[in-house]
Amino acid sequence: MDWITTVDHKKIAVLYLIAGGFFFGIGGIEAILIRIQLMKPMNNFVSAQVFNELITMHGTTMIFLGVMPIIFAVMNAVVPLQIGARDVAFPFVNALGFWTFLFGGLLLNLSWLMGGAPDAGWTSYTPLSGSEYSGTHGVDFYTIGLQIAGLGTLIGGINFLATIITMRAPGMSYMRMPMFTWTTFITSAIILFAFPAITVGLVLLTFDRILGANFFDVAGGGNPVLWQHIFWIFGHPEVYILILPAFGIISEVIPTFARKRLFGYSSMVFATILIAFLGFMVWAHHMFTTGLGTVANALFSISTMLIAVPTGIKIFNWLFTMWGGQIRFTAANLFAVGFVPTFVMGGVTGVMLASAPADFQFHDTYFVVAHFHYVIVGGLVLGLFSGLHYWWPKMFGRVLSETLGKWTFWTFMIGFQLTFFVQHFLGLMGMQRRIVTYLPNQDFDLLNLVSSVGAFLMGVGVILFLVNIVITTRKPADAPNDPWEDGRTLEWSIPSPPPEYNFKQTPLVRGIDAYWKEKMAGHTEMTPAEPVGSIHMPSATPLPFVMSVGIFIAGLGLMFSKDDFGNAFMNGLFNNYIVVIIGLLITFGAMALRSLYDDHGWHIEPEDQDEKGVRT
Amino acid sequence: MMKQWQVAKRILPLLAVFSLLLSACGREDLSVMKPQGPVAQGQYDLMKLSITIMIVVLIIVFAIAAYVLIRFRRRAGQNEVPEQVEGNFKLEVIWTAIPLLLVIVLAVPTVKTIFAQGEDLSNDKNAVQVKVTSHQYWWEFTYPQYDVTTAQDLIIPTGKKIAFELKTADVLHSFWVPSLAGKMDTNPDGTLNKFSFSAPNEGVYRGKCAELCGRSHAFMEFKVKAVSQESFDKWVNEMKAPAVLPEDTQLAEKFKTNCLSCHAVGDQGGPVAPNLTGIGGKQSVAGILLNQGEGQEDGNPVLDNMKEWLHDPQSVKPGNTMPNPKDLGLTDEEIDGIAEYLANYKLDYE
Ligand code: HEM
Ligand SMILES: [Cu+2]
Repeated sequence: MDWITTVDHKKIAVLYLIAGGFFFGIGGIEAILIRIQLMKPMNNFVSAQVFNELITMHGTTMIFLGVMPIIFAVMNAVVPLQIGARDVAFPFVNALGFWTFLFGGLLLNLSWLMGGAPDAGWTSYTPLSGSEYSGTHGVDFYTIGLQIAGLGTLIGGINFLATIITMRAPGMSYMRMPMFTWTTFITSAIILFAFPAITVGLVLLTFDRILGANFFDVAGGGNPVLWQHIFWIFGHPEVYILILPAFGIISEVIPTFARKRLFGYSSMVFATILIAFLGFMVWAHHMFTTGLGTVANALFSISTMLIAVPTGIKIFNWLFTMWGGQIRFTAANLFAVGFVPTFVMGGVTGVMLASAPADFQFHDTYFVVAHFHYVIVGGLVLGLFSGLHYWWPKMFGRVLSETLGKWTFWTFMIGFQLTFFVQHFLGLMGMQRRIVTYLPNQDFDLLNLVSSVGAFLMGVGVILFLVNIVITTRKPADAPNDPWEDGRTLEWSIPSPPPEYNFKQTPLVRGIDAYWKEKMAGHTEMTPAEPVGSIHMPSATPLPFVMSVGIFIAGLGLMFSKDDFGNAFMNGLFNNYIVVIIGLLITFGAMALRSLYDDHGWHIEPEDQDEKGVRT
Repeated sequence: MMKQWQVAKRILPLLAVFSLLLSACGREDLSVMKPQGPVAQGQYDLMKLSITIMIVVLIIVFAIAAYVLIRFRRRAGQNEVPEQVEGNFKLEVIWTAIPLLLVIVLAVPTVKTIFAQGEDLSNDKNAVQVKVTSHQYWWEFTYPQYDVTTAQDLIIPTGKKIAFELKTADVLHSFWVPSLAGKMDTNPDGTLNKFSFSAPNEGVYRGKCAELCGRSHAFMEFKVKAVSQESFDKWVNEMKAPAVLPEDTQLAEKFKTNCLSCHAVGDQGGPVAPNLTGIGGKQSVAGILLNQGEGQEDGNPVLDNMKEWLHDPQSVKPGNTMPNPKDLGLTDEEIDGIAEYLANYKLDYE
């Protein structure tokens, strides 16, 4: 009950972590099934239909329901602490963001149980995703589930923007913000601009499918290529929504374990902003073979290649952060150090893809599959592993086992390289992506087998991480404030896990790496910026949960509004939009309650403020 | 400076080895790395240029990383705090400028190739015009200059430029012959795509559908057969010759009523399904069941393939729209009879 009503950013972080981990597991199982099917030529482990559902759900689940929420978990856990705040700007809205994400994700995955998952690829290109060619409710689950989940993301992004703009501790100017906070800030800005595009796209597709509109139907005056533009205007920035937080994590972990401040801080900030900006200019590089014409292809080729410049700046800055430092190879740092070359691999293949004539050969082959997994898994997932090992003690008061962490790193890393390195060659040898099987004797057999074996090894790595969590959770929560001893930012100046109100007194920030600065000055604590006083806290409330349930019901109702249930009562209920209306009433009712009933929250008085962390 | 050149010299043999390794990969009729025509060659050249640049970048980054990780690990008893370096303007400018330079080196030939390969040949009298229409899950090729339509096997004369106009009858597909040229999507009317390639050498090249198009996406393969100009002209004539029907009149009647309602042979039948003229001599049945022949290690006798298809089209290509001949009321013997007739229906043009 406590978990359903909580509005504390630290608990919401844990909720995001559990839910994201759950969906990541589902996406992982889907990946393994895909790889079993492709282990040998002309295999018939799954049917063609199930295969298409598997690749669609794997891609969709991993991106929207797996890694994004884990990113949000880390952001929620860390950002308020890094800027010296007591919570995010809108705790109620934060909870709402989580619950809409969760119910959207559940709705999407219900499709496995309710007559067919979406099967048109995670990009859902029309007309394949139209009702004419995808007759089950699969794609409806996709449009409506993602719509609801996307709402949560948008809410979360706006909340972080507001938090970072308004709630930084005194003295923390923008150019003193920790790098992870910076990337969260930029990421949130991208979310703010990119998500409305997919929202519109999903609405239009829903209209086409459920209400018989013609946005994407040539016969009705629509245009299927329009969907591709809308999708990628969202989809390309989405890639940067994923990778920038990983950049942020790496920029925290590497300095800590090299005992040096981040090299070229201001160029890092500048590069991040530039990447975000360019990220919006290059969407059509996913569409070179769609036939946009020579001029468009030339322009998008060049703008895409330009992204290599700020990315290069970042890579060298990380390397030179370590130069002259004292590097410790903790599990967290292994992942961070492993990230750098792996991400560079993904980056250079990206530049290769940017050359349009060459992309005519690369596009929609395993070369592309290899490329984006190098970026997403080799970049983001390694980054997340690094961040989780790094901040775990801060979140839970327990340091993860280093030995198991290192085992996780090596199995996952070796498995990853095995799985995806060879896929570059598969693509060049003529293997298209999204194929359920392939003929023998095309030189695909051995490399596919290697790839599958690698995937199993990655699976082992993930399981080791789960084992680590279980073992660690059973140990006492006795981590010190600054378990790595070289913590540089504010979160390390308070107990692990932090008390409910984070900072008893808001700290005064005197420079970049505020806590490190105080330590170097011989202090053990931050200098407070305010006297001890009564702390105002927001009240717990079940309303965000209730609102999300309402949206969930409305979504289901809309999806089945045309179906014949062979039962007059059910037909009446769904076909007259009664279920939709009930769902919306629940949501709007909860909203009304929230607006009409004034809740002033509560206070923690100085005598109740003990410095021990509360368990989360 | 001298030293750097030494390094570069050491990298060069590595690159040579690497390009050898690359070109050792895959089949000649399928691999991007063994281009068989000028278009694929131009694309491959760009790929080689970009990969060379990228490998240089990788080597530099990996070398710095390895050096840093070995040289600056924390040793026991090392406790003094390292100098907290802010940054270095000169260094940062250098690693902004170098990538920018590399990008320009790649961008110039990229743009050149884009415009060179983008020319529109649809009014070129010397080019062979081919209209490609993709269907779930088969390919239709129409030659407007010759008034001929075929399916699955695209026959082209060597050396001539082939100018394609691509469109789809249903969902998006993508037309791809890796060893001859990169892929191009087939859009519905309204956004027709055009491109061209040529094949200097005779041979059969494997083509694929590269855009997810439904259940049998993986099975939507086709072949490009490049033959001499002479053979090509002969093929056109054979295609235009009157239809050959089964000798057994009863079977011919069955074939006409049940099959020619969608398919065509010669001057008879309809355009809904793949044209069957000379099907017995094609490289495959249904694009995916390889017939015995050169370069098709797993090929089966065409008669076996024909029977496999006709007895259960769904198991070969799930989701395809051909009705099962059994459901049309044909008996097993009749199906076998038609299979035999089709397997023997070959054009003589080579
Ligand atoms: C255990 C790790 C993973 C394995 C073995 C794996 C494997 C695969 C395979 C075999 C495909 C299908 C390629 C095709 O469509 O032909 C695929 C597609 C994809 N994967 Fe992964 N994957 C893994 C993790 C991830 C993660 C963590 C993400 C994202 C966060 C991800 C995102 C995607 C996407 C977006 C696609 C494209 C789906 C589509 O084509 O519609 N994968 N993956
Ligand atoms: Cu297709």
